[in-house]
Amino acid sequence: MKFLDEYRDPETARRYVQAIHRCVTRPWTLMEVCGGQTHAIVRHGLDRLLPEEVTLLHGPGCPVCVTPVERIDQAVHLAGNPEVILCSFGDMLRVPGSCRDLLEARAAGGDVRVVYSPLDALALARRHPDRQVVFFAVGFETTAPANALAVAMARRQGLDNFSILVSHVLVPPAIEALLASPRNRVQGFLAAGHVCTIMGTREYEPLARRHRVPFVVTGFEPLDLLQGILMCLHQLEEGRFEVENQYSRSVAAEGNPQARRLLEEVFEVVPRRWRGLGEIPASGLGLRADWGEFDATSRFGLDDRPREDAGECRAGEVLSGVLSPVDCPAFGGRCTPETPLGAPMVSGEGACAAYHRYRRLEEAT
Amino acid sequence: MCLAVPGQLLEIRGEDLERSGRVRFGGVIREVSLACLPEARVDDYVLVHAGLAISRLDADEAEQVFRYLEEIGLAGSGTEVAQRGGPTGGGAS
Ligand code: SF4
Repeated sequence: MKFLDEYRDPETARRYVQAIHRCVTRPWTLMEVCGGQTHAIVRHGLDRLLPEEVTLLHGPGCPVCVTPVERIDQAVHLAGNPEVILCSFGDMLRVPGSCRDLLEARAAGGDVRVVYSPLDALALARRHPDRQVVFFAVGFETTAPANALAVAMARRQGLDNFSILVSHVLVPPAIEALLASPRNRVQGFLAAGHVCTIMGTREYEPLARRHRVPFVVTGFEPLDLLQGILMCLHQLEEGRFEVENQYSRSVAAEGNPQARRLLEEVFEVVPRRWRGLGEIPASGLGLRADWGEFDATSRFGLDDRPREDAGECRAGEVLSGVLSPVDCPAFGGRCTPETPLGAPMVSGEGACAAYHRYRRLEEAT
Repeated sequence: MCLAVPGQLLEIRGEDLERSGRVRFGGVIREVSLACLPEARVDDYVLVHAGLAISRLDADEAEQVFRYLEEIGLAGSGTEVAQRGGPTGGGAS
């Protein structure tokens, strides 16, 4: 497919790998923030093509993984309401809540439907005026505009049976929290290309300056990732701490102005609890007060008190790059994609799932 | 979840929030919202996430990944990697 296959060209990849080897003189630790990038790196074995001086850590960019337990419990609770059709991205169905997941709620008779877009949920609301349709709105800045659009269209179309259960998270505050931690080892970041497609690159400027770390906005294909890694290492070797854009075919410095305007109209920045990482100030999006009628939490009077994770999952350490998935004692034994103990083993973007899918057999030997 | 897929815009209809288009992804054609891409035109390649087109792919910028190594002078002939025991084959396909 155009704009995909050419970025997997092995010959160009080999030249990038050689350039990386030629560029590096000292040990460096980089982090790719986005779980989609983690999966591409592990799947294509890009980490193994790098010089031994370079360590890649996997970051918290898995929205499914960081959705707090109480939000999963609220979704499960809504699925038990016979009036409600609960719509969600497929990845959320297997994420454990405090007692059950959405798949079990569906088996118990809940009307839980997997959709590809919040606009599909909106269409369901039009087709079922006698039911309440709730969309489980998780995701980073990339996904938030589609949800803002669904809500704005619901208002324009006068739909009073559509609402969203919001658990949006923002990337820069999470990076700030990682950088502020005394355990931080990250010296340079690959910033997620699709988040920046919406938000642009400017939010990273103060972070780069303050913490003296380079950021390279990076795409998702093997050549993108190799180029992003090279650009980041090149900056580190030269002692530069700049924001650079590898993914310029999609990302403009100002992002997508229409999408940002829509976000600004519908959402406001709120504090947000991240599963495994705790509360991070100003790290989420919630509906503004004048859009409150679309907020499922208030529409259905849901219990919004924080709940703690019980159990042995060490997602917090995995999500902050402190623990490699294969070093979790439960990995591949008690915790597998069929019987996940935590969200990082469920999600198509979770680091534990990536290692289980592409690395399990060799790590075991 | 932040996965976004490139496709070619075949047809546009509607305006403002209701602006939408038919987009071909390989062999599959889907209806996507163009509410956030008022500048998109038929034949453009757009990146689609969760039913919403989020950017128009820039054909010139799309080539930079193939020019970059020459531009920064790191293209090289590539023998020293083999000497350092690094990879010599592709493997990133
Ligand atoms: S392997 Fe399973 S239990 Fe361990 S951190 Fe990953 S998801 Fe949690």
